[in-house]
Amino acid sequence: MKLTLKIWRQANASDKGALKTYELDGVSQDMSFLEMLDLLNEQLLHNDEEPVAFDSDCREGICGMCSLMINGEAHGPEVTTTCQLHMRSFKDGDTITIEPWRAASFPIVKDLIVDRSAFDRIIQNGGYISANTGSAPEANSVPAPRDKAMRAFNTATCIGCGACVAACPNGSASLFLGAKITHLGELPQGQPERYSRVQSMLAQHDHEGFGGCTNIGECASACPKEIPLDVISQLNKDLRNSMILG
Amino acid sequence: MRAVATTTLIKGARSTRSTIALKLLMAASGIVFILFVLAHMYGNLKAFSGEMAYNEYAEHLRTFGEPMLPYGGLLWILRIVLLGSLVAHVGSAVALSIRAHAQRPVKYAVKKNKASSLSSRTMRWGGVALLLFVVWHLLQFTIVKVNVGEGGQTPQITENPYQLLINAFQPEQWWMVLIYLASMLALAFHLHHGTFSAIQTLGFTNTAESRARARVAGWVVAIVVAGGFSLVPLFTVFGVIS
Amino acid sequence: MAAGTHYLPGLTPTNEASVQKSDDAAGYYVLGDKLVDPKAPTGPIAERWTTRKFENRLVNPANRRKLDVIIVGTGLAGGAAAATLGEAGYNVKTFCYQDSPRRAHSIAAQGGINASKNYKSDGDSDYRLFYDTVKGGDYRSRESNVYRLAEVSTNIIDQCVAQGVPFARDYGGLLDNRSFGGVQVSRTFYARGQTGQQLLLGAYQAMERQVAAGTVEEFTRHEMLDVIIVDDRARGIVARNMVTGEIETHLADAVVLATGGYGNVFYLSTNAMGSNVMAAWRAHRKGAYMANPCYTQIHPTCIPVTGAHQSKLTLMSESLRNDGRIWVPKNAEDCTKDPRDIPEEDRDYFLERIYPAFGNLVPRDIASRAAKYMCDEGRGVGPEVEETQPDGSVKKFRRGVYLDLGAAIERLGKDKIEEKYDNLLDMYERITGENPYEVPMRIYPAVHYVMGGLWVDYELQTSITGLFCTGEANFSDHGANRLGASALMQGLADGYFVLPNTITDYLADGPFDKVDESHPAVVEALDGVKSRVEKLMSINGERSVESIHKELGQIMWEYCGMDRNAEGLKTAIGLIRELKKEFWTNVKVLGSADSLNQDLEKANRVADFIELGELMCIDALNRRESCGGHFRSESQTEEGEALRHDDEFAYVAAWEFGGEDGAPILHKEDLIYTAIEMKQRSYK
Repeated sequence: MKLTLKIWRQANASDKGALKTYELDGVSQDMSFLEMLDLLNEQLLHNDEEPVAFDSDCREGICGMCSLMINGEAHGPEVTTTCQLHMRSFKDGDTITIEPWRAASFPIVKDLIVDRSAFDRIIQNGGYISANTGSAPEANSVPAPRDKAMRAFNTATCIGCGACVAACPNGSASLFLGAKITHLGELPQGQPERYSRVQSMLAQHDHEGFGGCTNIGECASACPKEIPLDVISQLNKDLRNSMILG
Repeated sequence: MRAVATTTLIKGARSTRSTIALKLLMAASGIVFILFVLAHMYGNLKAFSGEMAYNEYAEHLRTFGEPMLPYGGLLWILRIVLLGSLVAHVGSAVALSIRAHAQRPVKYAVKKNKASSLSSRTMRWGGVALLLFVVWHLLQFTIVKVNVGEGGQTPQITENPYQLLINAFQPEQWWMVLIYLASMLALAFHLHHGTFSAIQTLGFTNTAESRARARVAGWVVAIVVAGGFSLVPLFTVFGVIS
Repeated sequence: MAAGTHYLPGLTPTNEASVQKSDDAAGYYVLGDKLVDPKAPTGPIAERWTTRKFENRLVNPANRRKLDVIIVGTGLAGGAAAATLGEAGYNVKTFCYQDSPRRAHSIAAQGGINASKNYKSDGDSDYRLFYDTVKGGDYRSRESNVYRLAEVSTNIIDQCVAQGVPFARDYGGLLDNRSFGGVQVSRTFYARGQTGQQLLLGAYQAMERQVAAGTVEEFTRHEMLDVIIVDDRARGIVARNMVTGEIETHLADAVVLATGGYGNVFYLSTNAMGSNVMAAWRAHRKGAYMANPCYTQIHPTCIPVTGAHQSKLTLMSESLRNDGRIWVPKNAEDCTKDPRDIPEEDRDYFLERIYPAFGNLVPRDIASRAAKYMCDEGRGVGPEVEETQPDGSVKKFRRGVYLDLGAAIERLGKDKIEEKYDNLLDMYERITGENPYEVPMRIYPAVHYVMGGLWVDYELQTSITGLFCTGEANFSDHGANRLGASALMQGLADGYFVLPNTITDYLADGPFDKVDESHPAVVEALDGVKSRVEKLMSINGERSVESIHKELGQIMWEYCGMDRNAEGLKTAIGLIRELKKEFWTNVKVLGSADSLNQDLEKANRVADFIELGELMCIDALNRRESCGGHFRSESQTEEGEALRHDDEFAYVAAWEFGGEDGAPILHKEDLIYTAIEMKQRSYK
């Protein structure tokens, strides 16, 4: 396959940056999207041009390190992470525009790499259950209803990649936040801190500059882990309850 | 409202000072509007019962609650509630829009919409359009009572709600009919997403099923309200109501 | 009395210290003194850890905040330790090369975590978990360490549940278990196919809580490039800020390396792209011993390579072997056919044929090797991949065998299979573009885990005072092979329960004299790192780092992979030495050192992989026996089974760095068992 790539190049956080066009030949259908970029980088290196910087680590769809807005879709056209997207989703002769996540709360570090530490700070501000090592009771002493445990698990599969923020026209992190609120709120262990958690995590979310949610659903459709929109409803509900009970 | 990544953690969080509190305000005020337009639409249908019934209804709105309330008291209470809701609704919309714009200073060169409905993406401009329409609508029927049809600004017409209505939507004033129909389309769009969004914001859609029901509610409210409102200008312009 | 048994008063050893007769690696190494774990516990096995915890000195809570601990790596072992030490009140600094601690590669573990809870009442106990682990490791691990691991396994589950880890539950709301990795009890706790992710997020959240509390300071996108040793104690690290390129020094009272495994020395592995050996290798060069580096676990069920572009391999959970039948065509000419058109009588279910008792459930190393042999014979399936032969010629092989769910789908129904393996099968389809419900899946072994790592004593301290090592990065608990669902267990055991209880004994002597940034040892380490970076930037040769890494991987996979022999290993050592020269004279790194530069990061890592690769080959060459993940073709039974030589090799091979051009020095630590008897395994 032969492709035309339009890739965002930006030397550092303060650089203005621009889309640059590259021609790439010899792309195989079996390559992952990032292997296609590896190939481009090998070509750039031989032409004495600095390779494109992009994030990836596990390359099996679980660590959440990879990102990329591909032709206007977070993680590209399939419901998966960029590292699991394969070139068979594209055609010979395609033009592919590759941009970084765009949100003021995710400042660009270089090229396609952004700083997502805002997510860490949201977790720091209450995204946990306080249980010091050694203080835990016997695991089976508190049963957790199976359906609630399943919902907790389903929402705990969030990989913190930031696609929800990237896809949202408001740059809201409500899906990320709602997923953690729902995960911890569905478990009996999460009850004591339930309302203080939602308040402080949300305050951090707002403080970081993330936008408000307008319930349009772009986030859930971009989520590679298919976290459903109902976690945002849960987030809203818990916040509403926290006004009375918190 | 910071729009850059920070490295500080917020202490002493208050739920009332959050984006969700703004959204709740928006949802609550939105629901006031939904109830209002439903009632307003129902009242408009009195036009089908003829001049007497319609004008009686208009008068009744003013005498409702007497003598507990003064003449026009209910209307003033409603106006205050609606005005308060308007301030809350528009105020939170503006605040949230500013946040959203600050969060994406550099736009995408290419951006696809995958899941969002057209109605959900047009809430802001649609809202502005509706606001402009409401201003005109109030000028036309409440504040100035503008007669756009034949007969000029005579009290026989301006002080007769039914006549004012009929005159507004005569075939010669087809553009006025179009303005109203277009506005009702905008209202339908706004209600379609707004109803669902309010239910979601209030936290009643915690399952896929309840979310689907909320979406249906959005369709129903949009069609009933905008459809109901559109009946009067349509039936007037085609001469059924005269 | 056998050597090494002096610390077992009143206990009867079940084996004698081994005496090595063969010397395959003669000339490649120097024999050093025997090594004895100075912290080895005594007494009955079940009481050793309790006794040790009591005897270890503690640190007064008021003094803890005066003590600084650096933790490098924030996976299960590092993140859990950071959280626990932070909760205790120490000043912790954590470092990770990823953009967030939540991305550490522990996250990718699928199957589960073992614990001897005996919730199924099927006869499990600490002793049985200990027994299975030592046996599974082919009697090449320390019994005291393994028993401790089994003992704390139950605490891990309690801790994780309290943190909100959403383990699978049954209808009554209690925790569910499954059996895993060929053991006879159900002791594996799991969260669908994402157990590693859930456990890591638990540890991460606990650690972030401490960040908010001010006890943990986290440095992301920072990579450790050297350890700082002052007056024979590890007192800090040199790290590169990967965003600004700044080389920084960080000083502390103790340093913990929790940096994971080095499987990426093979270029292709199931490790993350960034997983590397640099921290451990830098420590090794400064005096920490590297133990059993050749012990590599090769996982049989990975998705095969599709071509030269391949950057990494993806594991498919081993649980698929419970329902899948593994086969290749009987005739090589059928290998290009659609597998559905190959009739039953032309299929060779080779595992069921060779190992009728265990069939498709034979241990990982056996299943892996059998698959390799089938492909070597020319009966592999899937795309052809070019391979360079020892004589330099290029031959084409198909590297894949079928894992067929057809019979299971027929027996249990598609729904049942979907419920069991849904996300796995989706992932397979996404990667290969083939529907596993219709076409048999193709699998091939891949490097997955390394049992070798930095040598540590019972208290997880390396041979450098004040330098500790936890998780996959150390060598301690799995012997020559690791059981399924035990990596997560070890990472969390070390992080939550072992290190926090042993490091106190060391820290009780602190705070140590304050070290200044201008101390000659600090300056020397800093300058060393700076000049290495400058060197890498200035070579300006022709070859990309990637291409050299790929070449190293091919050498390692060919000669130090599933099947090793003396001749091949010697060839490999020669090739690696040439490659090292090639690297340092012909590598090309563009960009600048004082900005984000991913090629420079890779160059640093690959430079160390090359040196490690050589040591792995020397270790493999010396160990003329087959044990666990290490198979020497010179040491097999008549039936072609792995043959251990307990009389020669029941020892830990701890390698000391022998200098830039010197040979590595081998220290042997005898493995003496008192609580278990060595047996030769058989799966026939």
